[in-house]
Amino acid sequence: MSSPGLADLVAEKSVVICCGPGGVGKTTTAGALGIAAAGSGRRACVVTIDPAKRLADALGLDELSDTPRRIDDGDRWPGELWALMLDTRSTFDALISRYAESPEQAQGILSNRLYRNITGALSGTQEYMAMEKLYELHQDDRFDLVVVDTPPSRNALDFLDAPRRLGRFLDNRVFRILMTPTRAYLKAVSVATQTFLRTVSKVVGADVIADAVAFFRAFEGMEQGFRDRAQAVEALLSDETVAFALVVTPRRDAVAEGLFFAAKLADSGLSVDALVINRAHPAFGASPGPDRARAASLAGTPLAPLYANRADLAELAERERRHIATVAADVDGASVVTVPFLADDVHDIAGLEEIAALLLADGEGSG
Amino acid sequence: MDPAGFCRQARVFIVAGKGGVGKTTVSAALARMAATAGLTSLVVEVEPSGGLAAAFGRAEPLGYDPVELAPGVHGRALTADDALVEYLQDHGMGRLSRRLLSSGAVDVVATATPGIKDILVLGKVKALERSAAADVIVVDAPAAGHAVRFLTSAAGLLDAVRSGPIRAQAEDVAGLLGDPDRCQVLLVTLAEETPVNEVVETAYTLEDRVGVTLAPVVVNGLYPGVDGLEVDPEEAARAAGTHLRPGEAASLAQAAAFRRSRAHLQAEQVARLADALPLPQLRLPLLFSAEVGPPELDVLAGHLAAEIGTVAVGPPPELPADAGR
Repeated sequence: MSSPGLADLVAEKSVVICCGPGGVGKTTTAGALGIAAAGSGRRACVVTIDPAKRLADALGLDELSDTPRRIDDGDRWPGELWALMLDTRSTFDALISRYAESPEQAQGILSNRLYRNITGALSGTQEYMAMEKLYELHQDDRFDLVVVDTPPSRNALDFLDAPRRLGRFLDNRVFRILMTPTRAYLKAVSVATQTFLRTVSKVVGADVIADAVAFFRAFEGMEQGFRDRAQAVEALLSDETVAFALVVTPRRDAVAEGLFFAAKLADSGLSVDALVINRAHPAFGASPGPDRARAASLAGTPLAPLYANRADLAELAERERRHIATVAADVDGASVVTVPFLADDVHDIAGLEEIAALLLADGEGSG
Repeated sequence: MDPAGFCRQARVFIVAGKGGVGKTTVSAALARMAATAGLTSLVVEVEPSGGLAAAFGRAEPLGYDPVELAPGVHGRALTADDALVEYLQDHGMGRLSRRLLSSGAVDVVATATPGIKDILVLGKVKALERSAAADVIVVDAPAAGHAVRFLTSAAGLLDAVRSGPIRAQAEDVAGLLGDPDRCQVLLVTLAEETPVNEVVETAYTLEDRVGVTLAPVVVNGLYPGVDGLEVDPEEAARAAGTHLRPGEAASLAQAAAFRRSRAHLQAEQVARLADALPLPQLRLPLLFSAEVGPPELDVLAGHLAAEIGTVAVGPPPELPADAGR
């Protein structure tokens, strides 16, 4: 069965989520897919997270922002390209303001010390806010396609768990009970919890507990709104108009992480629609064995280094092909696209267009 | 400087760098080099990924308990959760710690006290250092920007927590990080644009905000130089008294051009790094033949030792103030 290529995905889907390990070119891929969509007449919005500076410059992004910005207002593409660099804090703030029952309640939360730490310290928050932003933009009539880049955390699929995890955090029973310190409730607090809280107070100071209690008290009444929203975000991920692109480099560690991601997606009933292999080395049509033999038999002649070099590169390419085959077999059914090692980092729109052309060139390709 | 002398400068070496630059491989090579030089070494993996174990030829990832990876080299994982459980156990909460972790109550405390998990991990590293767990302790630090957060956690926590055992712990960690005779940071990068930019930024941030001493910077994955790639294949064939098959000349020429162009781009980035970051460089080659396993690790450890041999003896240089940004 022929799987749809990336060209089909950017032409038909409403969301493409680029996931994969850090340092493999996820943001570049996301930007290029956005351009591909704009090139095919769609209105695309790219959500990036912590892009390298020159790539951010290429996309015209000079600051973290909550709102997408239109790139290149001219007639470069039949469609439109928009981009934003995710600001976790302001996205979270907006969410708080939306669900607060009053401006006072919002203010109480926004100024709480524990809340102010959440965006930096609670793992999964950045991932969740990326998904939240994705959900919001998905519902925005201005865009046909939202392409989102996922944060480069070790467990880069945290976004799958993030809504649940944040829900659990906000629902925390220990603090819920503390907030209503009546006699009956105090009895309900297990000895374990009391010991824990006493220890925590001793170890990190009573301030921490006071901040936490104040936070959960301020938050009261908003849990349901948050839970519903988290469920809606989660539901969106399994919508058929959402596609996942797994981005890796053909190296052992990146492939191992890629396989882990694919397995985690599968656990959640999701699948990889496209596999993008970045930074692959060319083999120059050679095989390392015969080239090494040639280099040895020609030792001392000016041909020897030419064969030795081609053997080196072919060896590297052969090893990479094995890695590509491993991950491609694992995501059976996904289209596979290989992007060669480029001479330089992408600095501008033209560079992204070049990558877009490579991404769309073939859908069955080099697997 | 000889390898043993290099390793004896400090007991703890924290290896940090952006994802994908080969941080784990460099950690493994450093530990292997130390062992070859007659010292015992312990590699501590903060974000266990299996890469460290694989470099030493082990299929299963490292766990909390140290295992021997090679003669003289031990390895172990040390995650934030491990450190937290151990800390709670040390504070008389052993039986409860796992349950508290799963209840989410720990998340609340960790959020309310930013950096606490990092402090606990580094506190454990400090305990390993104090107990002289090995002659050299190599910490494979978290990737990318997390490394900065990891290493600045002590400074941040000292601002936030005014008293108590955690503050004492943070003070101890700050003491470790700030003492060049106890701890140095080895930054790793590739000779590519974005990794070079990031390593320069990380170096200055760490020196400014943590006051940590930077060891030489490791430039990983360099194409080994090959002479004689400029020749025209047809001419070379004539000189060698042989003929090339159709298409062969073009393929050889393209492969040679690719290698020269990559090597040239890398040389530019190496020079740019040298300009922006006045630290000695330890240059490691790209290995074409295979993924890093025990034999390759020996090759890299050998290169590392040779490169260290070119570094002048003496205290590591301090970065000039206000440069590099």
